[in-house]
Amino acid sequence: MALEELYREVILDHYRNPRNRVELDAPTAHADGNNPLCGDEVHLDLIVADGIVTDIAVTGQGCSISQSSASMMSDAIKGKTLADVNDLTAKFKAMMDIDANGDAGIDPDRPGAMLGDLEALQGVRKFPVRIKCANLAWTTLQEALGN
Amino acid sequence: MNDLGNVRADFPILERKINGKRLAFLDSAASSQKPVQVLDAMDRVYRTRYANVHRGAYTLSQEATDDYEAARRKVTRFINADDDEIIFTRSTTSALNMVAYSLGLNGLGEGDRILTTVMEHHANIVPWQMVARYTGAEVIYADIDSGHRVATEAVTEMIDERVKIVSISGMSNVLGSMPAISEIAAAAHAAGAVMIVDAAQLVPHAPVDVKALGADFLAFSSHKMLGPTGVGVLWGRRDRLEEMEPIEGGGEMISDVTLDGSTWAPVPHKFEAGTPPFVEAIGLGAAVDYLSELGMDRVFAHDRELTAYALDRLGEIPDLYVQGPADVHNRGGAVSFSMPDIHAHDLATILDQEGVQVRAGHHCAKPLMRRLDVPATARASFYIYSVREDVDALIDAIHVARKIFGV
Repeated sequence: MALEELYREVILDHYRNPRNRVELDAPTAHADGNNPLCGDEVHLDLIVADGIVTDIAVTGQGCSISQSSASMMSDAIKGKTLADVNDLTAKFKAMMDIDANGDAGIDPDRPGAMLGDLEALQGVRKFPVRIKCANLAWTTLQEALGN
Repeated sequence: MNDLGNVRADFPILERKINGKRLAFLDSAASSQKPVQVLDAMDRVYRTRYANVHRGAYTLSQEATDDYEAARRKVTRFINADDDEIIFTRSTTSALNMVAYSLGLNGLGEGDRILTTVMEHHANIVPWQMVARYTGAEVIYADIDSGHRVATEAVTEMIDERVKIVSISGMSNVLGSMPAISEIAAAAHAAGAVMIVDAAQLVPHAPVDVKALGADFLAFSSHKMLGPTGVGVLWGRRDRLEEMEPIEGGGEMISDVTLDGSTWAPVPHKFEAGTPPFVEAIGLGAAVDYLSELGMDRVFAHDRELTAYALDRLGEIPDLYVQGPADVHNRGGAVSFSMPDIHAHDLATILDQEGVQVRAGHHCAKPLMRRLDVPATARASFYIYSVREDVDALIDAIHVARKIFGV
């Protein structure tokens, strides 16, 4: 059933217990994202030092998809180089791209190998109106990093 | 069948399956479904009587013009207006913009106030904010009370000599609340202010007699009352329309045009620049016939019965909060609700899988969402074709959502 693919347990876990929902003292990058149509909000604070995302804080409100995507993203990029973050962002957006053929390189035999928990959001593609919810955190991240 | 008879048979779309499930269409406050009588009326024009209106002395143009003006008289009678008091617009939104700009730019200035409420649709907030920016006037807002109603005194105590315009919804699209318009209109008039009613929900769902209501202007849309999209109505009291300036110039709306200037056609045509949406207006005429035959008292009673049933059944669900009056006194059939553990968008996605079509979001009322301190609500709303089975499907689907979210 498609609903079970959408609302995977890992998504609901990140929704109920969002990671990195803290405040940072001296962020070096910041961006606010919102979806005017549905009111989802994601606010990001980052500390980037020597080309590495050393810390991230996420706040905001919205549906389970927007908030779990932000939470998973924060876990996935913490400690990564900016090059790795950009690579991950491209891979995530490809996974969400309804026009892209195939699975954006995700190996069904090795779940999580490419994008970790984030692969759970694959099911969102079956619900096109919700794709923008999944992408909100990543678009906000690109804005914060000046991309 | 429901208490209005076999009306469901007139709505072909109700046969559809959604995601393999029975369609429970619960978003009529956003737009209603259309009966075959409306579709046929428009089809007939396009197939047999179509040409531009008010243009030629030839048969087809005359027939289309006759049908268009007959539709105007139907709408006029439907709200007990006088002849030539109905202007066809694009929508409620364009009707409100028309009156806002015309009154605003030809009369408002620094120190003047426009009074509305926190529960309004953006269509009754943003045009006033825009006019305020151009004129230096100020928009002020009456609050809702703890029961999510707009108390008459909450509005009237804000009316003083600075208030030139009072513009209020006759039935909230989020809360269902119905302010006492005639009492507010009396207070507005006593202070010399103009009274405008956003009747986008009121006219489709309740009997409206503009003479009893006592307002100066009333705006509503065809597509929420069984008619097609693309046409709305601005009713204005004859003397108000006479003194009001048009804001759109063009064909149809003139008496004479010279290189030095122009004079206007009589009311209502001076407000209908360009080719009007006349086929849509004719469709609205058929919708008005349909509703008149049912009787708006019965339509209102039907909505009320379903609303009472929905409030009752939603009350069974733990951790579900109805945003709006808890009983059907002075209340229309828009039932908004929120659940702390399930966001409205998640709820709407899950309900959709069960065939239940509800609106989730801010319902074009972001100031109200902030006032209620909720990010969004889900909203179920009813119309003549709605039945208890639709409400039951909603309740069952909410339980599916609760199971998925583990609440």
